[in-house]
This record gives sequence, C-alpha cells and structure tokens, in this order.
Amino acid sequence: MPGSRVDEGAARADIELRVNGVGHDLSVEPRVTLLDALRERLGFWGTKKGCDQGQCGACTVHVDGRGVLACLMLAYQAAGHEVTTVEGLAGVDGTLHPVQSAFMKHDGFQCGYCTPGQIMSAVACIREGHAGSDADVREFMSGNICRCGAYPNIVAAVREAAQREAAQEEAAGRARR
Amino acid sequence: MRAVEYTRADTLDAAVALLQGDSSAAPLGGGTTLVDLMKCGVAHPSRLIDLTQMPGHDDVEAGESVLRIGALCRMSDVAEHPEVRRRWPAVSEALLRGASQQLRNMATIGGNLMQRTRCGYFRDPSFTECNKRDPGSGCAAMDGENRGHAVLGTSGSCIATNPGDLAVALTAFDAAVHILGPDGHRVLSIDEFFPLPGETPEREHPLGHAELITAVEVPVSAAAAHSCYLKVRDRVSYEFAAASAAVGLEVLADGTIADARVALGGVATKPWREPGVEAALIGRPASAAVFREAAALAAADAHPRRHNAYKVELARRTVERALLTVSG
Ligand SMILES: Cc1cc2nc3c(=O)[nH]c(=O)nc-3n(C[C@H](O)[C@H](O)[C@H](O)COP(=O)(O)OP(=O)(O)OC[C@H]3O[C@@H](n4cnc5c(N)ncnc54)[C@H](O)[C@@H]3O)c2cc1C
Ligand code: FES
Ligand code: FES
Repeated sequence: MPGSRVDEGAARADIELRVNGVGHDLSVEPRVTLLDALRERLGFWGTKKGCDQGQCGACTVHVDGRGVLACLMLAYQAAGHEVTTVEGLAGVDGTLHPVQSAFMKHDGFQCGYCTPGQIMSAVACIREGHAGSDADVREFMSGNICRCGAYPNIVAAVREAAQREAAQEEAAGRARR
Repeated sequence: MRAVEYTRADTLDAAVALLQGDSSAAPLGGGTTLVDLMKCGVAHPSRLIDLTQMPGHDDVEAGESVLRIGALCRMSDVAEHPEVRRRWPAVSEALLRGASQQLRNMATIGGNLMQRTRCGYFRDPSFTECNKRDPGSGCAAMDGENRGHAVLGTSGSCIATNPGDLAVALTAFDAAVHILGPDGHRVLSIDEFFPLPGETPEREHPLGHAELITAVEVPVSAAAAHSCYLKVRDRVSYEFAAASAAVGLEVLADGTIADARVALGGVATKPWREPGVEAALIGRPASAAVFREAAALAAADAHPRRHNAYKVELARRTVERALLTVSG
C-alpha cells in the first residue's frame, strides 16, 4: 500500500495525540498518517484502512468533532486537536452509542469492514443536521463506500438513530421547561 | 512516501518567509491533494508548511458588493454559509457536489483552487509519459484511456481535465484571487489564475514558489443570486464531473434576459467560461427554445479524442438543463 511503507532517514520529533480524551506521546516521522499512527502505534484498530487514498471512508474519525479521513491527514496535523475514533463512542460502562445500537438493530453491515467509518460518519451526519431525509443521509454519507452493499440498512439505521436523538432532545427540552 | 519535515506557520507572512527559505518546501492546506500525491510518489516536498493551524483567514464575509472567502476556510463551512447559499447558490452547490463531507471538512479554499488533475497517467509515476509531471516526456493520455479527459483548451502537450467544481462557479461570476508573496499583495482574475496548458502544462497557475492564496472574492450580482451548479457524473455523489455547468440568469419582469453567466467544468483544461452562450441569451426571452439554441453553442471548437467525444453533447445538455433549472 502506498502510504504504509516507511523509509528511514527523516528527523524524528515528538507530538502529543489526544485520542478519545486521553493524551498519547508519540515519536513518529512527519510523513506518518493519522491512520497509521492510530493503528500501528497506538493500537486503535477500529479505524480501518481500505483504499489509503481518500476514496472509501473506512478510515473516518472525528477531529474536533468533525468527520475527516485519517488516511489523508498526517498525525502532525492532528496534534493538539481532539481525535475521536469508534472506540471512543461507547460509554465507559460499555453502553453502545445509539448509532451503534441502531446499526445492530438494522443489520447495517455484512462483513463489517466499512462499519466503523460508517458509524463515525453517521454520528457526524446526525450532529450536523444532515439526517432529515434518506436522500440527505445518502448524500452526506456518500464518502463511505460499502462493498457489501448494506446501504439500505445503513440508511435505515442512521434515520432511526437521528429520530431517536431528536425525540430525546425534545423530551429533555420539555423536562427542563 | 518520502521523508518530509513539518512546520506550522503562525501567520501567512511567516509562511511566505519559510517558503522563500526553502525551494522545495510546499504549503499545506487540508492535505487532501498534497498528501495524496506524496503517497502516489508524484509530489516530493522536503518540508510542509502547515497553514491551517494559524488564527484568521477562515472567515466568510458576505458584504454589500462582494463575497470574501478566506483561503483557510474549509469547503464545508463555505458551502453551508447561509449568505453564500442565498446570494451565491452556485458557489454553495459547487462546493457541496465536490468530494465527500469528510474531504470538505478537511480541504481549504486555497488548496481547492490549487488541486491537481485526476489524470491517471499524471497520478501514476509508473507511466513515464506525462508532460505535466515530467516536462518533455510526452502525454500517455493522447492515445490512451482518455474518457475523462478534456475536449476544450487542450494542446498537443496535454489533455488533462481541470477537475475542480468550485472554480467553475467562481469563473462564471468573475471571482478574483488574492495573493501574498515576497513582493507583497497582488490580485488575479480567476481567468488569469488558470492558464491554458499550451506547451507548458506543468505550469497550472501563475503563482511563484513563495506565493500564497489569501482569499477569493466574488462580486455581488443578480445573476449570481439566481444561479445553480449542475454536475453530471458516473454516480450520483462522490465523483468528479463528466460535465458540469455553473449558470446564472438575471431576468427582467417582462421575461427578457438582462445578464447571463455560463461556465463549464469537467470538460476542459481550465474552468471554461462560455461568452458565446451568454451573448446568445442576453436580450432574448427566457424560454426553453432560447435556452436550447444558446446551449447548442457551448463547447464550440471542441477537440475530442478517442473516448471522450460524448462530453461535447453532454456539456450542451448540461448547460440547457441548468438554464431550465435556474429559470424554473
Ligand atoms: C477522493 C477525492 C475526491 C474528490 N472529489 C472532488 C470533487 O468531486 N470535486 C472537487 O472539486 N474536488 C474534489 N476533490 C479534490 C479536493 O477538493 C481537493 O483535494 C481539495 O480541495 C484540496 O484542498 P486542500 O486544502 O486539502 O489542499 P492541499 O492538499 O493541502 O494543497 C493542494 C495544493 O495547494 C497548495 N496550497 C494549499 N494551500 C495553499 C494556499 N493558501 N496558497 C497557495 N497554495 C496552496 C499545496 O501546496 C498543494 O500543492 C477530491 C479529492 C479526493 C481525495
Ligand atoms: S482508507 Fe481512508 S478513505 Fe479509504
Ligand atoms: S459491510 Fe462489508 S464493506 Fe460494508
């Protein structure tokens, strides 16, 4: 794979990468992508490497709350920012994130390889208010390719999670009033 | 990927100075073109000067006479800006139809204008012929797989398509590109910013090594406020244009077209303004018949190669449908 070969010879320097709320000191070369740093150095294997060229979305993580492709971002670019991976979504007690539960309920996957990226995109898609219709979900998640073609179930899962979140917010709003 | 060094610039002036001091350094925006090309083995900067960690240059100001977009704005933020949507819808739509939400969250406006062609021969150094990558080596696309290549603005040296969407909308609405360099500030029209390939396809823009885009400005106009961007492609989303059109119309109360803007994407070596189509619209009634007649003038002087002749008719139909959309 083009990005994974690491030649010797460049200066090494230290960066701090904050992942799921925890800081990690890292000795990596500037050419190392955020994806390789997460997977090869820090053991966050939930983030997948598909194409390694920005074309499939398997490597989607959040940086400062927004979906980005970890394969086209250098770890140095992410230093000092908050990185969230799929491992950071569930509660400390293991309670799944509502989007994760919705993917399970709707069978939003077959082989599961694209799933962490799909879920990270779905969480961002809902948060940014782009999950109001099936067409919107399809458009704003088009950067996540699923070779198994689980798209109809993915859309159903995202729509349900979005509706639940909206209902919960409304209930919380009523409770406050 | 070859070894590279990384520096964060605190200001654009500092970035210019850093670039001046290192002839093989490159500015880094979101990295969605540059990091990709470094991985492909096409770009080999010695040092990356990260522009995105500095404060400022990431504002959208929609003023009385002009829209000013800072070079460090992310594509997604500009696309969703309420004033851009309302007063320059083609600009918003061109951004939204580009790449994916993840890439739009990463990519900057400055980097977007500087994106490189998606020509497969350019992106893969195992092909030795590419005048853009290696001047004088030839062009493998001429008689190769050229379904996605340009039919307009081509030369004997290069037929690579300019793949950008935003630049097409900027071209239709007479944008200006603001530049900072060692000699200070200068402004280029969007047309000057994208030269034709001619005999020097390796020169894709007139920027010097240490020059940076600081902002893009788009004038206010009635045509921009009644505009759209139509992108036709092999799949519904997340794909480069087979053909696209940015179109804007100012139509008077009696139905006469007072101003028309038409630019094409996905079919040319640069964002392609269509003054002939515009002239055939202005002063005439905004009707389907007039739209069809005018759109038929698009892509005149096209030079198709073996696999891309379909783009000529597709470009005309894209213009026609965009005109119908924006007037409907
Ligand atoms: C899978 C994929 C699909 C895509 N689909 C589309 C699409 O459909 N439509 C579309 O329009 N685009 C598309 N793109 C391209 C994308 O829009 C560009 O990669 C992006 O806009 C580049 O911005 P950036 O900030 O990431 O640039 P970078 O990669 O950081 O930089 C690009 C170039 O510009 C230089 N540069 C950066 N900032 C400045 C500056 N301020 N001044 C001067 N030089 C600068 C860099 O040195 C580099 O040479 C796609 C990209 C990918 C990977
Ligand atoms: S691995 Fe990053 S987009 Fe495919
Ligand atoms: S579930 Fe197999 S690739 Fe999506």
